[in-house]
Formats: sequence, structure tokens, C-alpha cells
Amino acid sequence: MTVQLRLNEVETHIGQYHIIQGVSFEVRKGEVTVLLGRNGAGKTTTLRTIMGLNPASSGTIHYKGEDISRLPTFTVAQKGIGYVPEDQGIFSGLTVEENMKVAMKNDNDSTKERLELILVLFPDLKKFWKKPGGLLSGGQKQMLSIARAYINDNDLLLIDEPSKGLAPIVVEKVMETIMEMKEKTTIVLVEQNFMMASTVGDRFYIIDDGRTVSNGPMKLLKEDEEMRRKYLGIA
Amino acid sequence: MKQLMGNRMNAVYLAVAIFLIILPFVYESRTLLILLTQVFIFAIFAMSYDILLGYTGIVSFGHAMFFGIGAYTVGVFMKRFEPTVPNLLLSILVTILLTALVSYVLGLLTLRLKSHFYAMLTMAVAGLFLVLAEKWRTVTYGNDGFTFRVPDMLKDRTDFYLICLVSMIAVFALLKRFTNSPLGRVLQAIRENEQRTESLGYSVLHYKVIASVVSGILAGMSGILYAISLRFVNTSVFTMDITLDALLMTIIGGVGTLVGAIIGAGLIEFAHHWLTELAKVHWIFERWIIFFGIIYILAVMFFPMGIVGTLRNIKFKGKKEKQQKAGEKIAS
Repeated sequence: MTVQLRLNEVETHIGQYHIIQGVSFEVRKGEVTVLLGRNGAGKTTTLRTIMGLNPASSGTIHYKGEDISRLPTFTVAQKGIGYVPEDQGIFSGLTVEENMKVAMKNDNDSTKERLELILVLFPDLKKFWKKPGGLLSGGQKQMLSIARAYINDNDLLLIDEPSKGLAPIVVEKVMETIMEMKEKTTIVLVEQNFMMASTVGDRFYIIDDGRTVSNGPMKLLKEDEEMRRKYLGIA
Repeated sequence: MKQLMGNRMNAVYLAVAIFLIILPFVYESRTLLILLTQVFIFAIFAMSYDILLGYTGIVSFGHAMFFGIGAYTVGVFMKRFEPTVPNLLLSILVTILLTALVSYVLGLLTLRLKSHFYAMLTMAVAGLFLVLAEKWRTVTYGNDGFTFRVPDMLKDRTDFYLICLVSMIAVFALLKRFTNSPLGRVLQAIRENEQRTESLGYSVLHYKVIASVVSGILAGMSGILYAISLRFVNTSVFTMDITLDALLMTIIGGVGTLVGAIIGAGLIEFAHHWLTELAKVHWIFERWIIFFGIIYILAVMFFPMGIVGTLRNIKFKGKKEKQQKAGEKIAS
């Protein structure tokens, strides 16, 4: 299977803090790769480093064979990497429609098809189409954030804790959507909710203290109670 | 519904425009005519500032430099050459080129910085222009400034009033279109969250520079009209007061609304006039700047969204309450 993204011994500093101290992993095309770890392990910073929002201080990041570790954020995005941040990052002053339009790179048939699918997956977005994003509930904001990343033909999606702070019923909806998106896009998912991560994930990487400490097929982690207890604090 | 509201607002704008066009022919007052002309000129200036502050989230303390460039360019052209329409048009062209160049270079060099650094740097560069205007006496006549003649078609106060009014309407319509375009949406996205906009694939710097150039050119245009209205220009056009006026007009009217900048310009200019008039009643009103300071503090404390923003908020709350009541009815 083709490797779409490869991180090799990536290190990231934020100010004086050495947050990522050696993260390496591979993302295979068509799979959902889940980054797991305790709070503060460096999962979010890893995604931000891939996007160039917190540039890597050393190591390399290759996307489709090209080194993207020194590229500015907008160039990384233009290469076909979509990002759904932890805080949703929607534009609250713009309407749902405007949020979607800002995110659209093209206005072709493929985009229109995706938009139709998005509105089927998230009917609430259609309902609030002309309303400011700031008026949406937490779950709706998360849906809008995912929809914005999914509207384009991105080959890779980085999704940061999509279930955070959401009601269980909304989490289920988000999970269904990720399963649907998996058919068309490769996904890197950061998730604390192990039930969700193990359902949608194909492969896992555990990050601990800014380093990748373990990896393998998701099935392995589901069966290894000791590893879950050691690194994730769950049995 | 939105279209209906839009049509209603357009009807209001049209009615106000017609009223202002007819006004000088039905109500003869030289003072009012001059005052309204100033309002139109500063409304253009405030709208240009709103593109920076309200739509892109850029705080500039040096916006007066573009205003001053426009004012001095037209002044120098009309003084050194014959005050004809072709020379006036040439001075407008030179203003566009100069303001575009300065805003482009300045934007490219400083818009990478965090907003407060940008604000301080623009203030410093505007200060340089002020010093240049003071010291380059052979061209600018220093602090004293100079008077100049204008083309015949601009000599009549009513004609000039109408030219300023039409210019303000044209700038408003142009900027409405600009802010509602895909480019305008990106600017608003930048205002909301720069990093998020960047991670959608937009080069934030590129868009900020576009906003800076558009804003700079329009500020230059208002400077041209200002100098023509006085037929005089001196270094005061480069001072911080001019930038603060734009800031005050935009904040009081409502940032990110355009129409708020026009209302703000009207309020500030009329307040300035009335407070100066009140100086005959009590000397304290001579220090009208103190009252402006108080107005500014009160506006920021109690109306942070400005007049238009507050009205929109009240309207929105009313709608939300209606929706909630309708929901409760259905539930019961």
C-alpha cells in the first residue's frame, strides 16, 4: 500500500518548550491512522507541525514523496491536506454558506457532489445555511468544521479530536461521517475517545512525552489491555 | 427574507441619497453645505479605514499618510502647473500610483508582523512623511503649507458638494461589492482567524496586502477631495489626529459595516461643529477634543459594536426571542 505521509524523527519547539521530541510515523493511502496518547503528549502539536502552523525544528515530513517540512501553511494546504482543528476554527461572523464558500478551492462538479453529500450527512448545516456560524451549537460547529475540510478533493485529512465536548449522539454522527469519508480520503485522526478511535481506525500510533512509542494495527491495541493501561490510562 | 431586507435597505440608501442630492437646491445654507461636504470626504476616509480594521482586522495608526499623500499630490500639481482638469486627473493618477506603491511596500514589509507591531510601524512611517512635509520646504512650504487654485468646475460649492456626494456613494457601492465578493469573504475570514484561513490554503499576507492597497488608494482619494475643499494644504494632513478621527468614526459607527463609517463621519463632523459653536456659551467647549475623548471612552465601554453593530444586535436578539417563543408555543 502506498505511503502518503511520512514523518521521520520530527521535533518541534514552541517558544522555549520542546514539545515534540522525535515523532515518526507513516500514513498509508486509504487508511485511518489514529494518533493516541495522554493529554499533553503532543498529538495536536504533531498535526499542527504537519500543517506548518508550528514548524518542525528538525526531522522531515514527506507528503507523496515531497518534503513539506519547511513549507508555509497555505502551501501545505494547497497540496491537498485538509485540517480540522481541535477548536473547530469556524468563522463565527460568516454564515454557514460563507464558511463553506471560503473553504471551496474549486466550484466544479466534484465539489457540488461533495456538497450534496455533506448536506445529506449534516442536514443541520442546510437548516442554518444563511445563519452566522457563531450561532451554531458545539456539535453543529464540529460538523461545519469537518464539512469545510471535506468539501475539497483533499487526499489527506488531519482531524483533531472531533468528539471533544460533544454529546454521545453527536459523537456517533461524527463517527458515521468519518466512516463515510474514509471511502474517499486518507485520514489522520487524533482522538481521546478510544471507543471511537478503535471503531474507525485501521492503524494506531501512540505518542508519549513527544515521542512515538508504539504502533501497529488497531486490532492489536484492542487486544492488548496492558498497553492501553500503560499509555492511555484505560483498561 | 434576506433579499427583502436587502431591498428595504437599498430603498433606504436610495431615499437618503436622493434627499442629499436635492438638499442644496431646497435649503440654502453655506455652512451646512460645507459641513456635509466634509462629512462625505471623511466618510470615504473612514470607509477606507473600515476595510483595514473592520473587514481584515488590521489596526493602523498611520492611515493619515495616505490621506496626506493625496492632499499634497493634488496641491503640488495645482500649484506648480495650470489648475486644469487634465492636470487634476494626472494628480489623481499619481496619487493612485503613490498610495498603491507605499501601501504595497509597507504592507509587504510589515503585515507579517503581529498587529500591534504593524500599528506602531505605520505610526512611525506616517511620522516620517510628516517630517518630510515639514522639511522639504521647496515643494511643501513646510508647516505653513500653501494655497492653490482649482479647476473652474470645482469652484462652485454646490457642484463640489455633489461631486463629493457622488464619490462617497460610488465608494460605498464599490466597497459593498468588494466585501461581498469571494475576496471580501477571505478578508473577513482573516479577521476572524488568521491561522485557520492559512490552513484553508490562503496566503494571508497576500490578502492583507490587497486590503492595504485598496484602503490606501481610497484614503488618498479622500485626501485629494479634502485639499480641494480647502484649496489649501499643510502638514496637518499627516498628523495622528487624522488617523484618530478615522478610528473614532469607524468605531462609533460600527466596525465592519461600511455604512457605520458614514454615520460615524457624520456624527463626528457635526459634533465637532456644534461643540465649536458652543464655545460662545462656555470656554470649556473650545477644548472640544476633551469631549471627543469622553465620547470615545463611552463608545468603547457601552457600544463596542458601534451604532450599526448595536442596532443589528438588538434586531437579532428580537428575532431570536421570537423564534424561542414560537418554539415554546409549538412545544405546549
